[in-house]
Amino acid sequence: MLTDDLRGLYYIALKDLRAYYLKAPNISWGILFPFAFVLAFIIRNPGDVRTLVPGLIGLTVLFSTSSMEAIVITFERRIGSLERLFLSPVRLPAILAGKLLGGMVFGLGITAIVSTIALIIYPAANINWIMFLLALLLSSFSCAALGAFVSVAVKEVFEAQTLANFIRFPMMFLGGVFVPVATLPLWLQVIARFLPLTYSVEALRTALEGGSWSTAWIDLGMLLFFSIGLYVLGVLVLSRRIEQ
Amino acid sequence: MNEVIKVTQLTKIYPAPRGETLLRAVDSIDFSVREGEVFGFLGPNGAGKTTTIRMLTGLIRPTAGSATILGLDLFHNLSSIKKRIGVVPDKSNLYDELTAYENLLFDMQLYGVPKIEWKGRAESLLERFGLQEKRNSPFAKLSHGMKRALTIAAALAHNPTMVFLDEPTTGLDVMSARKLRKMIGTLRDQGVTVYLTTHYLEEAERLCDRIGLIVKGQLVALDTVEGLKNRVQSRAARVDVIWKNNRNEMLSAQVVADSPGEAIQKALLNAQGCEILSINTIQPSLEDVFVKLTGLDAEVMLSEKGNGKGK
Repeated sequence: MLTDDLRGLYYIALKDLRAYYLKAPNISWGILFPFAFVLAFIIRNPGDVRTLVPGLIGLTVLFSTSSMEAIVITFERRIGSLERLFLSPVRLPAILAGKLLGGMVFGLGITAIVSTIALIIYPAANINWIMFLLALLLSSFSCAALGAFVSVAVKEVFEAQTLANFIRFPMMFLGGVFVPVATLPLWLQVIARFLPLTYSVEALRTALEGGSWSTAWIDLGMLLFFSIGLYVLGVLVLSRRIEQ
Repeated sequence: MNEVIKVTQLTKIYPAPRGETLLRAVDSIDFSVREGEVFGFLGPNGAGKTTTIRMLTGLIRPTAGSATILGLDLFHNLSSIKKRIGVVPDKSNLYDELTAYENLLFDMQLYGVPKIEWKGRAESLLERFGLQEKRNSPFAKLSHGMKRALTIAAALAHNPTMVFLDEPTTGLDVMSARKLRKMIGTLRDQGVTVYLTTHYLEEAERLCDRIGLIVKGQLVALDTVEGLKNRVQSRAARVDVIWKNNRNEMLSAQVVADSPGEAIQKALLNAQGCEILSINTIQPSLEDVFVKLTGLDAEVMLSEKGNGKGK
């Protein structure tokens, strides 16, 4: 059964990449969107642009990973093709993991391009590369799990898009992308602590500044917590949806 | 003959919306399906056909009862069962963005068909279902009939020993439906057990070795087509009489009685003094059987063609 699950997980991710993710509009939008937001912020608040790099990378992971993820499951459930997966010998947790993997691979690919461009323009001298890659991996995992949870929680594609934006846009402004969380009013800082993007940006900032593991472990741990928590919730909600 | 499906007291009850009674979609049904046969599950919309298929294929959990598929317990060996069955749902649900070939390939990948067999099997299925020319066309671009054919082909991609076909010809034009029925016949010839749900009476009559009639979640009859007809025929018989009267006019009438013999006697009595040209016993159709055994009007089935389905 485990072999069935692992094989299924891999081919589901591959199929999703081919069918939904690797399309020219998705790729170009995935790259341009975070740059456009950061550029808009720079025009309004010119300053040390270098400090925005972790936020830019975090924003890229969030949007490139969760945008399609948040609608793919709803869409497939709507047209009935998700049922094909449930009829196969692959078990539900592996099906959802395959869906996450597709989103993560796409998100990490887009983030690799954006990070390369950003680090060429604003090189960082002491990057902790292992921490940086781990932060990217956990960020993409948590964002994909968030997208998948949104996707299974609603019935219609338009509802998924609305709910995803309802969660992501406040996260973008409260998660330390443009303004450090510490400078926010206290009640907003409390809210920021419930958002995975906050930990993603902080972990990326620590890695890009060559910070130590003792500084980053809480952020990385919280990202892992969000990832697993949202994934488990997604599996539970999806299993209830099948019965309906 | 071996039983490939054995269902005992299978029940599905859906929770009721506030203030309403529980919905007993399937109510304590018992039946078995024999190896190599085409088994038809016939009933109007909302009768429980699709719910039964969904339970037997592991999509939903029964509220009560048990089932074995291919000798394996449904609740403990679901993964093993899934590897050996193919399911064609009531709507064509392959991936619009993938080509016909890629869709078949994906099914083989999911079911663990060895890589070396992928190409050969996909090409052979495309040929068998007359889709070679559409090999590289996205699923979205295929006609309704082709989509249905490809959906069936995909369900066969991992060489299942039995297939569940849920309303396979609903919404198809006459030619496509005829082609698909032929394909279903071919499956039986190849030894594949077919579990078919339909509300097309003539389709069931033409294709099925045995038929179960389900109404409001309850199995009201289960037999071969002939067996079902005999049940009805023993209760009522019709004969068609054509005779010539003394003015040399041809007349015809149908005589109904409790048995064929009685009907013929009645016809002879009625035709006294006339020359009888022919007397033919009229075999009941499956439609007659349906009306007799379910107490429903056959229009219930006919009017639902192409409409949406219940659970």
